Amino acid sequence: MALFLQNLVNALQWGSFYALIALGYSMVYSILMLFNFAHGDIFMVGAYIGVGVAFVLIAMASQGALALPPWAILILTILFAMILTSFVGMLVERIGYRPLRAAPRASAAITGLMIGIILETGNLALLGARRIRFPSLIDTTVYEVGGVFITNTKIIIVVVALLLATAMHLFVRKTKWGLAMRAMAFDYVAVPLMGVSVNAIAALTFALGSALAAAAGILYALAYPVLDPYMGILFGWKAFVAAILGGRGSVMGATLAGFLLGFIEIFAAMIFPSSLRDLIAYSIVLLILIVRPHGFFGEPYSARLRL
Amino acid sequence: MELRGTIRGFSRVPLLGWLVAAFVAVLLEIAVGTPLALSLGLPKIPVLFGVILALKKPLLFPGAAVYVLLIYALPIALIARLGAGLANRAAGRLLAFPLLVSVAVHLGVFYITLELWSGLSDYRDLVLRFTLIAVMVTLSLNVINGYMGEFSCSHPGFMAVGAYVASVLTIDLFTNHRVFGSALLPAALGPLTFPLILIIGGLVSAMSALVVAIPSFRTRGDYLAIISLAFMFIVKSLIENLDIVGGARGLGGQPDWAGLPTVFLWTVVCVWVINNFVRSTLGKALNAVRDNEMAATAMTVDTRYTKMVGFLFAAFWAGVAGGLFAHVLRYVNPGTFGIQKLAEVLAMVYFGGLNSVYGSIVGAVGISLLGEALRPLEIFKWIIIPLLLILVMIYRPTGLVAFKEFDPEAILKPKTDPERERDALPQG
Repeated sequence: MALFLQNLVNALQWGSFYALIALGYSMVYSILMLFNFAHGDIFMVGAYIGVGVAFVLIAMASQGALALPPWAILILTILFAMILTSFVGMLVERIGYRPLRAAPRASAAITGLMIGIILETGNLALLGARRIRFPSLIDTTVYEVGGVFITNTKIIIVVVALLLATAMHLFVRKTKWGLAMRAMAFDYVAVPLMGVSVNAIAALTFALGSALAAAAGILYALAYPVLDPYMGILFGWKAFVAAILGGRGSVMGATLAGFLLGFIEIFAAMIFPSSLRDLIAYSIVLLILIVRPHGFFGEPYSARLRL
Repeated sequence: MELRGTIRGFSRVPLLGWLVAAFVAVLLEIAVGTPLALSLGLPKIPVLFGVILALKKPLLFPGAAVYVLLIYALPIALIARLGAGLANRAAGRLLAFPLLVSVAVHLGVFYITLELWSGLSDYRDLVLRFTLIAVMVTLSLNVINGYMGEFSCSHPGFMAVGAYVASVLTIDLFTNHRVFGSALLPAALGPLTFPLILIIGGLVSAMSALVVAIPSFRTRGDYLAIISLAFMFIVKSLIENLDIVGGARGLGGQPDWAGLPTVFLWTVVCVWVINNFVRSTLGKALNAVRDNEMAATAMTVDTRYTKMVGFLFAAFWAGVAGGLFAHVLRYVNPGTFGIQKLAEVLAMVYFGGLNSVYGSIVGAVGISLLGEALRPLEIFKWIIIPLLLILVMIYRPTGLVAFKEFDPEAILKPKTDPERERDALPQG
């Protein structure tokens, strides 16, 4: 039982990363009907930007320029990195997706893939092959609850991920911008005629998705501080699976599917030898898709979707 | 005026003329290549037309450029231009026979040229064989992503299945192996059964494609993209966990049966079969399903059946290509067939052009050669190639040579002067 609970905690943490990345994927997919294959690398860029911001803030704090406790530095790091990375996301949209608005969707997916490769290689070229460590902003404390070890980083990760996912859900449901996004997802052709700018909505979508990916990157770096330029690839592709598993046009669906993928992976590794993790996890994903081809919360495919 | 006349002169050269000219150029290289290279200050003949030297040792590049000019460019231009009339007549004669004869003659000249050209350096030989295999993989993915208009990510998985099935069969049957024991069949039978083994690899790969095809083609939508992606992860993970084929360490010691003749022949068969497939009724049905599924159904196209057949057909060829790949490299490991391979194949398909056999050839050859040429730049290669592809996507969103029919007869027929053709037209 303790083992089960321990793995449950681990799965919650692991699923948080997937959920946050899947949200960005899912929004771009729902609203623009595009695969943003650069998203995994935006997660990586977000983590690196987070390192940069954290170093600057720590340096400022040590010189007495601003007197802040470590937790405040962490919050500021997350916020600044989210803002900076959202600009990266908008840049990606501007360069790779906007010129291809009229092109076949697959071509845009290819530019996304290529921008991802450029981001990885650019990082490698700029910073070299040495691994970069995320500074430890908060001291890890371990709480033991009934034989289950919970660290404070785990709590922070899960809480921040849930907060951000809820915020995104509320943004999409309650604000005017969110209404425009949902309308765009509903009908890509008519909504621009009603005076909603496709470019503005696309930029906003990419900015929000990238900000969430940056948050995921920093949270990941809290748990696994050693970063490398290729860390986003596998995460990105797996979160892509989670995003579609959640169903088109559903923020909560993507979040839940992200957590579910985390659970499946962790528990597959717990029950079976850990080398079988991907095999078991993706077989389960395949089975889910056979039973529910439109994901958990997705609507069945209809003719009005843009092709 | 002068220049336009020259260009029009070249437009009269038929394919046969270019092939023969290239053949003569290669003979010239064999005869005087090395002394010429030495006298130009090069350590040896430039292996890939000097493109590698251009970035690696720029000081040697002028020498290499002169070499390419003297050995390739000038002789080819001269022979093609002067022999155009002769070549046109020969090509016309050949077309009087069944088309197969003409194709065989052209391919024969082409093959001998390639064989002699690659015989001069092992590096050329290896690059050539990998490029030909890349043509097969690209073409088969083009059937799904181009002709059928879906987005499939499972091609590395199909290649892996084909590669491992073929490798296990050849190693088990024909070699003494640590795990699989001694050879079961005499080695003399090997090269004869190799095509059969490749076909078995392709068939197993097509069977495994059913796992993707059955759930994906029940409904319309993007589910193929992630089901095929999940399939790729599953195949990779499965192989990593099969200790009998070496797990993550990989499997080595395949017999050396995939020489240039074998790979060339398979590539030709692959291009021929796929080209006939996409020009058949079923191929047209694939296009119809891509353009408008509802209209295609109304025209009595069985959309699900059509998609299934197209998908399995593509998976078969990916499996065959994987088998050849394993026997060229003579070592396979599951890491080869991952996301990186997927990005590479997708790049080739979309760079060359969708819905086009030409496009796949251009894409596979272009990206392969570019990859070799930019190798001296090390990691910057992975900035330049993606940038180039982004530019191609922005300015030609469906690729360089998309939607162009590959008609052997049109390619092989003699070229007439457009001016004279206009004169020959009945007036009024």
